[in-house]
Amino acid sequence: MNSTDFAALVKDDRVHTALYKDPAIFEEEMDRIFNSTWVWVAHASDVPAKNSFKTSWVGRQPVIVTRDREGKVHVLLNRCRHRAASVCEKKKGKASVFVCPYHGWSYDVDGRLRKVPHAKGYDEAFDTSEFPLISLRTEEYHGLIFATFKQDIEPLADFLGPARKWIDLFMKQGAGFGVKTLGEHRFRFPGNWKIQLENTTDAYHFPIVHKTFLDSLDAETENVFDVLGQGGWVEDLGNGHSVMVMIPDLIDLEENLDAPIPDRFAALAEELADEGYPDDQVRRIVRAVGGSGFNLNLFPNVACSMAFFRVLRPVTVDETEITHVAIGMDGGPVAGNRARLRLHEHFQGPMGFGTPDDAEGWERVQRGARAGDDLWIMLNRGVDAPDGVAEAGHNAGDVSAETGMRAAYQMWKRMMSA
Amino acid sequence: MSIALEEKSVVTDLQTEAPTFEEAVAFIWAEADMLDRLDYKPWLKLWTETGKYIIPVDRDADYADALNIVYDDQEMRQARVKRLLSGFSMSSAPPARTVRTVSRFVVEARDETSITLRGAQMLAEYKYEHMRFLPADMRYRIVRAGNGSLRIDEKVVTLINADDFQFGIGYLL
Repeated sequence: MNSTDFAALVKDDRVHTALYKDPAIFEEEMDRIFNSTWVWVAHASDVPAKNSFKTSWVGRQPVIVTRDREGKVHVLLNRCRHRAASVCEKKKGKASVFVCPYHGWSYDVDGRLRKVPHAKGYDEAFDTSEFPLISLRTEEYHGLIFATFKQDIEPLADFLGPARKWIDLFMKQGAGFGVKTLGEHRFRFPGNWKIQLENTTDAYHFPIVHKTFLDSLDAETENVFDVLGQGGWVEDLGNGHSVMVMIPDLIDLEENLDAPIPDRFAALAEELADEGYPDDQVRRIVRAVGGSGFNLNLFPNVACSMAFFRVLRPVTVDETEITHVAIGMDGGPVAGNRARLRLHEHFQGPMGFGTPDDAEGWERVQRGARAGDDLWIMLNRGVDAPDGVAEAGHNAGDVSAETGMRAAYQMWKRMMSA
Repeated sequence: MSIALEEKSVVTDLQTEAPTFEEAVAFIWAEADMLDRLDYKPWLKLWTETGKYIIPVDRDADYADALNIVYDDQEMRQARVKRLLSGFSMSSAPPARTVRTVSRFVVEARDETSITLRGAQMLAEYKYEHMRFLPADMRYRIVRAGNGSLRIDEKVVTLINADDFQFGIGYLL
């Protein structure tokens, strides 16, 4: 299949079913997309101090994210340059050196090959500087760390473009403290990665798939989660990125701080006040504790989704791993972070009140896509966005529009036919 | 040996007599049978009012301040059961079929009012052409209610791969 063939599989309002199930297309995606653009690998708080590290992925390739003695972040392929053994199998931790367990080659946290045991067995021309761990180009925006194999790609800030404004808004849920990762749920579903990519910009499914989550809320909170009924919108931010605003009142968490504290957070507000936090700070923490009122979908693998980071990793054409990273306040009140953890557990993760139904829905998509080889996935939903909300010049639709999916697939088409 | 499962779940005055090992094991087997049969409403009555149902992500975590798969107090347990039985959750209507056994019991602690056992759970689930296996280390703290029947005061289910990926779980562990 060549570039022209790929382009023909994506139309303005639909994509071909083969995109979910053709292994040959999947192989090309790994090369043309995941090896060729900025891919999210970590949050800065995952590597908080010098010599701290976290293992992660760029597409199908395992990497180590490290912070060196000068505070610089590196993203290194997790593969010894000798005979390929992985040099780190921990999720995160501290290390000043990575030693290959097979023959003992040791690497600095910036990737440099430090020492080779029994070096006399190599001839004199052997130069350790030729065999560092392979280092990816790495850049960071507002704590989000991205890496890429493509050395000549545009700067991360340009790649994110108008999405940066929404990242800045999202990070306000640090409530004056920094944002810090608190833990993560990982789960897989037997389906293609793009089914999940679509879902983060799909408000249409929410009241149907998540009826039982909504039923578990008090009336006031259920109104907050009436995501289709609040004048929200979906906006194409370019480069496959999009934002879906579901709760316009919660776009800017530093506004409306005088609003009454919702009943469900009254106990938390009281606890914070008892701990001595002044009223304005209590209001700021409480307003931010449930997260932002939008999902920012960044092509191809991460979303800033209300109160957490959603990270996807393609495993095979019909298997995808999702990580839901809980976030909280770095150095903020324990009670506030505890509340955030419980809210995260309520919806997210393999036994949350939301995630298992999402996962089942996505599996049903993959199962259903076995039928109808000539059929298309329809992405034609949407009417105009409410007046005056989307940025002038941006393509936008109402909150339940499939605008964000169309944006992602146009980027897919651009990259697959480049 | 059979254990009478009481209707009333509020424990007001714990008796001083801790459950015996044999009583506790029979109680755990009865609970496992209930869960495989989706008998969730009676299951809610097996708990003390302050009982915690915990499925951690990290072994040895301080559960209250860590992210867990489940960290349920009574209110969340009730909400969870309502959700699972509602018929509106596609992952649990129907859920995967499950068959579980619990064994390899060891007494971890015993005091005047409670017994703490650890054990192993072997659970197989089946749905949509997939058979999956979810082994777990278990810990139960069991107390005796004022009327003599037993109650779970804490249940911790640590999946063998708790800190790795799971698939969606539409039933109770």
